[in-house]
Amino acid sequence: MKSFVFPEFQIIRDEQKCGQCRGCERQCAFGTHTYDPVADRLISDETKCAGCQRCVIFCPKHAIVIRPTPSFYRPNASWSREKLDDLKKQAETGGVILTGSGNDKPFRIYWDHMVLNASQVTNPSLDPLREPMELRTFLGAKPDLMDISSQEGVVSINTPLSPNLMVETPVLFSAMSYGAISYNAFRSLATAACKSGTYFNTGEGGLPKEMRQEFGRCAIVQVASGRFGIDAEYLNCSAAVEIKVGQGAKPGIGGHLPGEKVSELVAQTRMIPQGTDAISPAPHHDIYSIEDLSMLITALKEATNYEKPISVKIAAVHNFAAIASGIVRAGADIIAIDGLRGGTGAAPKAIRDNVGIPIELAISSLDRRLRGEGIRNRCSIIAAGGIRCSADVVKAIALGADAVYIGSAALIAMGCTLCQKCYTGKCNWGICTTDPRLTGRLNVEIASQRLSNLISAWSHEIAEMLGGMGINALESLRGNRDHLRGVGLHEWELDVLGIKGAGE
Amino acid sequence: MPRIRRELYNKEICACSIFGAMNQSGERFNGAGVMKAIANMHVRGNGLGGGFAAYGIYPEYKDYYAFHLMFTGKSRQDKLSAKAELEEFLARKFDVVYEEEIPHRDESTVSDPPLVWRYFLLPHKHGEDEAISDEDYIVSKVMWVNTKIENAYVFSSGKNMGCFKGVGYPEEIGEYFMLDRLYQAYTWTVHGRFPTNTQAWWGGAHPFSLLDTSIVHNGEISSYGTNRWYLEMYGYACTLQTDTEVIAYAADLLMRRQRLPIEIVARVLAPPIWNAIDRMNDSEKKLLTTLRMVYGPLLMNGPFAIIIGQTGRMIGLTDRIRLRPLTAARRGDMFYLSSEEASIRLISPELDRVWTPNGGEPVVGELNNMRTVLQ
Repeated sequence: MKSFVFPEFQIIRDEQKCGQCRGCERQCAFGTHTYDPVADRLISDETKCAGCQRCVIFCPKHAIVIRPTPSFYRPNASWSREKLDDLKKQAETGGVILTGSGNDKPFRIYWDHMVLNASQVTNPSLDPLREPMELRTFLGAKPDLMDISSQEGVVSINTPLSPNLMVETPVLFSAMSYGAISYNAFRSLATAACKSGTYFNTGEGGLPKEMRQEFGRCAIVQVASGRFGIDAEYLNCSAAVEIKVGQGAKPGIGGHLPGEKVSELVAQTRMIPQGTDAISPAPHHDIYSIEDLSMLITALKEATNYEKPISVKIAAVHNFAAIASGIVRAGADIIAIDGLRGGTGAAPKAIRDNVGIPIELAISSLDRRLRGEGIRNRCSIIAAGGIRCSADVVKAIALGADAVYIGSAALIAMGCTLCQKCYTGKCNWGICTTDPRLTGRLNVEIASQRLSNLISAWSHEIAEMLGGMGINALESLRGNRDHLRGVGLHEWELDVLGIKGAGE
Repeated sequence: MPRIRRELYNKEICACSIFGAMNQSGERFNGAGVMKAIANMHVRGNGLGGGFAAYGIYPEYKDYYAFHLMFTGKSRQDKLSAKAELEEFLARKFDVVYEEEIPHRDESTVSDPPLVWRYFLLPHKHGEDEAISDEDYIVSKVMWVNTKIENAYVFSSGKNMGCFKGVGYPEEIGEYFMLDRLYQAYTWTVHGRFPTNTQAWWGGAHPFSLLDTSIVHNGEISSYGTNRWYLEMYGYACTLQTDTEVIAYAADLLMRRQRLPIEIVARVLAPPIWNAIDRMNDSEKKLLTTLRMVYGPLLMNGPFAIIIGQTGRMIGLTDRIRLRPLTAARRGDMFYLSSEEASIRLISPELDRVWTPNGGEPVVGELNNMRTVLQ
């Protein structure tokens, strides 16, 4: 069938500059560029281009420019080009439209409507270059009260304490499973997490056996509805266990790993046959209610000898705050909430673009809900989905999060350009693929260095912003909405965020 | 779920002078000396707030909770109706042993004074309240009055102690309440205030007090929002619109309800930095790590110097990097704390010892014999 969809991108090659080295041809796994030996020139097929910019960046002569095509359908506010294209694709295939990464629609980004405070006169701003500035954070349940007794100067703690994760900076790597991302990308995240005093999350695809001893101590291992790759050693080698109930990019449905990406190693790690689709069920089939979740939390605590905090990850949806409160009462030590803009390796576009609520509003309403019920200390909140920079982290913490998960930001640090073609398994950057020819492009040493650099850069920036506010320990910013003001927001939005408008 | 309106509270910001004097053998003295000392730091205030806490002033009523009440409002009628409402509440919840208007001088010497009364009370518990301790009962009733009765504020609620405060320079407030003539205390703490951003009101002056704990504070708490939500979870309603209030409630939570010793409380309010904790021996490291982990939301961040008054005890503490001044001194049985050494020297030129405490390190003066005030 002739496709009526015109190419998304226009490829412009400067023939004067092109040296016919065929580098672009080798770089593109989608087969966009081919060499014509007769004419001794490279020909580009725009219909295949994903717009990932790999060839642009690796062209030694800088001869290629890729830009959105200037072609257009007659402009129509209701029928955008995207709507027309999607509809045509469905008419041509009869299928669900898949996509990758996070929601790219212009929902209001609340981060960009909040401004931070700084000290002037009455309270000195602190200089992080000269004064201690502390970002260390503990994730897990804290007791209501502490029973401390002192005998002859020796102080002892009588209250039983729950296990907590200690992070040196409030930024953790979000769940990205081996299989969805390449072995090298996965290992880079693990290496950087251990080096930077933070944690990476294995996602639902298991933890390769040979990585357990070295990286288990900074791994949060996931238990998802597909139960891929779970054994006793997997649970016990980790720092914490996370039950994945939902994901911001696709609330209400399970994980998707196309069979094309299930290589031999991925199959071994996930304990499934090679080449089969790994489709996680939408719900956990042993969790149909909150009491079932409570039993799974207890089972995992039993399996790990009560030595590891148990996290429960849910997508931020309409009534999630009440649900999260139930999850805390069910025994979870950490609640991870994933917002509307959370990323994914593969999701139906209709779901990615339309389900869930923005993380900024979700953090605030969850924090307030738990405070109102007097149980905020019984769990930590990790916020995920759309954290783009250190200022977003600071704002998330001031709204009530204990720490954040970053997924897309970490991938971008390794080279991702958010082309949204993760589900094809042809990632030219070697990140979201299991094709050995492509994964080899990602050097673990370099990629992990880029990730560590990112954590270090953000930590410095967080310290600068804290110091400006006259705060030298991150715990004094948590839930401290007094340091935020809204700009250009409606009254109801300010109410949900619990912040004043600028100038108020 | 009904929408919760965002809070539009205003945190007060102020710089200040603080002073405290204690006789550790329990001998009581009038307020003339501390009024002179605080007047010497006149320029640290701007006349928009001053106040005193005095311990040991009501020996004849020492077994009763002494409530100091402030009735505010535009007209005398407003004040009287708040008073009537309060007294109706007291009649239901307490046995009122004695009540009177707190004696004061001509009202024209200060600006816009509220009606100020004191009540000596015994708890009269009914129903569910019978299960809780007297002190928890008092705290819950103080919170109730301060949030529910418009124009009525309980600003002092301890036994055998009392706070006196208002809008004006502290020496003016002292004269208004005639503290140099009418009262004898073994501990006096004083505060002169320099608020920058709020309209002055009598309830906003220091000290802040709950039961027998009083706080005078110089500084600005940049962790206010965090401290506040944590304390609200434990039933403390922050109604007085000032960051000092959170210190008073934190002290109550940690010292009275959790019975933690002051050395531990200081480590919660002004903990050592992680670099220092990581170098400690294992047991200290575990203790301090746990304290910071559990009580992180009570860390008082930003500059502060405080004097905490309690029955039989006076404590000085600064923030962990000591961004506000505090000087301590001893002379015989006298123990002094002050923003400036000059004020101590003014009333006690000869001193046995004068020192500047380290940041986050509490200095504590205690009665040599607690019985002198309890019996």
